[in-house]
Amino acid sequence: MSKKSTDKTILQKIGIALFVVALITFTAALNLSQFQLDEPVLREQLTLGVSSDLLDKYGMEQDYYWELAQEELTPLRNQTYGTTFAFNNALKDAMKSLQDEVQQDLRENKGLTTSDGDYWQLVLQDYKVQDIAFPVTKASSQGFLPANNGWLLLLIFGVGLLGAFMYILPKTRLLPGIKNDHVYHSKMHYRGWLGIATGVYLIGFYVVLYFFAEHLANWVILVDPISEALRGSPADQWFLYGFLYTLAILVMGVRMIIKYRHNRYHVIRTFSVMFFQLAFAFMIPQILASLNQPSRDLKNIWPLDYSFFFEYNINNLISSGTLGVFMLVWGIALVVIGVPLFSYFYGKRWYCSWVCGCGGLAETLGDPYRQLSDKSLIGWQIERWMVHFVLVFAVGMTGLVLYTYFTNNNPTFSMNRWFFLVLIWLVGGALIYYHRRLFPSVPRRKLLQVVGAVGTVLTIALVVGFINKDSSTVSLSTYQIRSWYGFYIGAGFAGVVGTGFYPFMGNRVWCRFGCPLAAYIGIVQRFKSRFRITANGGQCISCGNCSTYCEMGIDVRWYAQRGQDVIRAACVGCGVCAAVCPRGVLRLENSSEDVDTRAQAQRALHITKNDIQLLS
Amino acid sequence: MHIAIIGNGVAGITAARFIRKLSDHEITVISAETDYFFSRTALMYIYMGHMRYKDTMPYEPWFWEKNRINLKRAWVESVDFDNKKLLLKDDEPVSYDKLLIASGSNYNKFGWPGQDLEGVGGMYSYQDLEKIEKYSEGLERAVIVGGGLIGIELSEMFHTRDIPVTFLVREESFWNIVLPEEESDLVNREIRAHHIDLRLSTELKEIVDDGSGKACAVITDKGERIDCGFVGLTAGVHPNTGFLKDSSLEMQKGILVNEYLETNIPDVYAAGDCMQVRAPLSGRRPIEAVWYVGRIAGETVAYNMCGVPVKYDPGIWFNSAKFYNIEYQVYGDMPAKMPDHYASIYWEHPEERKSIRLVYDKESSEIRGFNLMGVRYRQEVCHKWIREKTHIEEVLQNLGLANFDPEFYKEYEAAVINTYNEQTGSKLRLKKRRGLSGVLRFLRDITYPARAPVDKAKKVKQS
Repeated sequence: MSKKSTDKTILQKIGIALFVVALITFTAALNLSQFQLDEPVLREQLTLGVSSDLLDKYGMEQDYYWELAQEELTPLRNQTYGTTFAFNNALKDAMKSLQDEVQQDLRENKGLTTSDGDYWQLVLQDYKVQDIAFPVTKASSQGFLPANNGWLLLLIFGVGLLGAFMYILPKTRLLPGIKNDHVYHSKMHYRGWLGIATGVYLIGFYVVLYFFAEHLANWVILVDPISEALRGSPADQWFLYGFLYTLAILVMGVRMIIKYRHNRYHVIRTFSVMFFQLAFAFMIPQILASLNQPSRDLKNIWPLDYSFFFEYNINNLISSGTLGVFMLVWGIALVVIGVPLFSYFYGKRWYCSWVCGCGGLAETLGDPYRQLSDKSLIGWQIERWMVHFVLVFAVGMTGLVLYTYFTNNNPTFSMNRWFFLVLIWLVGGALIYYHRRLFPSVPRRKLLQVVGAVGTVLTIALVVGFINKDSSTVSLSTYQIRSWYGFYIGAGFAGVVGTGFYPFMGNRVWCRFGCPLAAYIGIVQRFKSRFRITANGGQCISCGNCSTYCEMGIDVRWYAQRGQDVIRAACVGCGVCAAVCPRGVLRLENSSEDVDTRAQAQRALHITKNDIQLLS
Repeated sequence: MHIAIIGNGVAGITAARFIRKLSDHEITVISAETDYFFSRTALMYIYMGHMRYKDTMPYEPWFWEKNRINLKRAWVESVDFDNKKLLLKDDEPVSYDKLLIASGSNYNKFGWPGQDLEGVGGMYSYQDLEKIEKYSEGLERAVIVGGGLIGIELSEMFHTRDIPVTFLVREESFWNIVLPEEESDLVNREIRAHHIDLRLSTELKEIVDDGSGKACAVITDKGERIDCGFVGLTAGVHPNTGFLKDSSLEMQKGILVNEYLETNIPDVYAAGDCMQVRAPLSGRRPIEAVWYVGRIAGETVAYNMCGVPVKYDPGIWFNSAKFYNIEYQVYGDMPAKMPDHYASIYWEHPEERKSIRLVYDKESSEIRGFNLMGVRYRQEVCHKWIREKTHIEEVLQNLGLANFDPEFYKEYEAAVINTYNEQTGSKLRLKKRRGLSGVLRFLRDITYPARAPVDKAKKVKQS
């Protein structure tokens, strides 16, 4: 009967059902235990990272914090909590009192004041309390799930994977070819309730993962057996994340390969991102860790890997022998030689759609959402401002970090926080004013929407940041700027927005608007590369499939219909525009014959000088 | 000067864009179909859910204001050529100094009984699509009449909605008035692989009224009755010139134009599907309802309307289409039935639905045309060989230059040469494989980049 959705066999429907059951069970697993304070772990965590020399200096015991905490912990003892929330509320209350008590003790009994460096070393800082939460919660989880994590892992992931493959594999029964039927009729792929629900779930996951990981304790316990097997130590939240990430790329990679099995470019490319994720991002670092070597994802490149030049990373690499030094040299060589060289030869795609982990997730898990990227001119304008701003931010931040590293000097500049907010709005306003003067024809409504959305998010983020701090000033120092970058760009943009927004703004939000490495490679691709997407003469029918399915929001049709090769900084060379073109108009290719003039050729049939008869 | 353009399809809009590039004339584009220009060839993708309507618009709405192209949504009822006025339905008349008629086509009806019933329609305009969408709800079977490009697209559209299709094709093989026998058969197989009830050598005799003025079945020339809820008429199109009847405009099937796309009335031009060229260039037909023709004619007529005489020259024939999963491209001369002085080299993939055909002149051995199914070739390379009347063996040995398939795809050019060697006893080998560098060097020879864009603004000021 007539219907507006793709065919699904009984097997596929059962597959979806199994997957949903597994997902619900997995989510419910967060609460399949009770929480009772694990005192040895808390004791160990409290002392972690405090120098014993410093403690000695003020005649403090090694167990100073633990002893002081005894009274505060009384309400937690012998008390069992049903949820991570209840447990952490109690724990945080106790830690808050402990913080006050430590401060009081330092001031009154040890004679320290806030202007002493040692005071800040010894005081129990907020980040420390935050860091304690996850390991303590994980250790405190008791009961059904921790006792049965092995078979629960097998059951949940077994059923989930079975369901996923029961849904994906039967797609081979369809004849090979472009499969975009009903994409815009779908509640999942065109911002229907399924898409919105997926987006909300993903955003929630990322917020919890980055900022409230203690609530994921049970998931981490679930994957402990895998972590033990791979690297001989229990899992933490980042192992969990890496595991889920890799699984998503592998499973959805199979889907991508089936969908494009008629197209060898996509098959090989998808194998490539699956391989790099599994081997380089997941397995090799675990193996290195189990061998007590510095564990690094060797394909991750600064400035995407923004912490590469942080002093702890440099020190760690230098101090861990030949391999560490090799990794340091390798990382620098990739930035200085690898990126320009490979990008000259093959364009941005050598990294962004063949190797990169963010790209790998976008090309597999994100493929069903590629059509949601915005194609408007103003979208492109915002993209250029934003992504290059992040690049400048990353370079500036790294410069400051290195300056501090080499000189031991941490320059600080403070200003009132509300003044700072107003300053940001003034700069933003100036940019908007400048934009309106440059492009008066762009509709005001669209601009307002974008400015409203970005401005609101930014303002809320900053105000929230202010509320969490006691100080009324904003300090611009190396460490402050670095922590901002980590919070807003590293976690907020790359994680929460980057993946959480797949179902809303397409699968390349981060790559397009935020990735500083993509911006860097893009500059090489735009100005000095052999790569381009060739237009095939005048064969374009302006249908718009290429633009619609461009994940980077490039209006490919604009170029194709005038017979102009596409040379754009943003293009990640995924090749989907060429694949979905019904008339064989586009081809990704490289040539050194015309690197400097490749943007000029107009291949469509146009009227030329020779055709015009001059009136005499 | 005020230039009015009837029709916002590719011909009218291309003309408007180029008039704006060439001049400061006031431009008004009038269409009853849609507010904005969209790609007519993409209508099927809206129905199939690949794109939304707005994705088929090649230019964002602000583009028209920025380029000072006025868009008017109105129905032109007739043209008062003497007073240079367009008479609109329910609207004030519009005066013009120069007029371009780019009113496109309508689908053909050949006087079948029941052809005007409810539930019978073509697939040309946005309104046609709306109608098809309306009838798709709960549709149990559709019958499509006419085996051409639109017919096969319509069958694919219904296929994606799981609506069973009976496809009546008058010819004994799909589109064999254009496709050579083997390619035509390839498409037959592709259609049937999608479980379409393809009826070759079958014509429509009448459409049956269900008693309420709605179609409920068709009867074929074989006397068979096929129940259906929708009948798609896709037996070609004809110029949409009904509103010009009984005027002094000289017309036959289409609006007659000379080589400058001028009609018999001064300051009135025609371009695109609705035009009929009085003296077509050799190898070209007087009426060609093709996207590319509309685009080239639109550009040409813009020059002429701006006082820069340019002869209409669509160049070497090319076209493209997609038959379900088979992409089709043609370059140059490709007769469905090979005349005696033509020889043809045909290679077909043993398993997949892919084929390559080269046609050349037996006497001179000059290449004449390329026909590709499921394989992509470069227009510029093929056209250069055809334009320069290259020897077939020269073409074959360099055939890799033409290949435009994505990277890592298998290349079949050696197999094509084998076919030729077997046919003629030659021992040719492939010298050039796929690759852009070779292509750029090849195209740079002699003709490239002779087609450099004109410095348009300067030209106009001279004239």
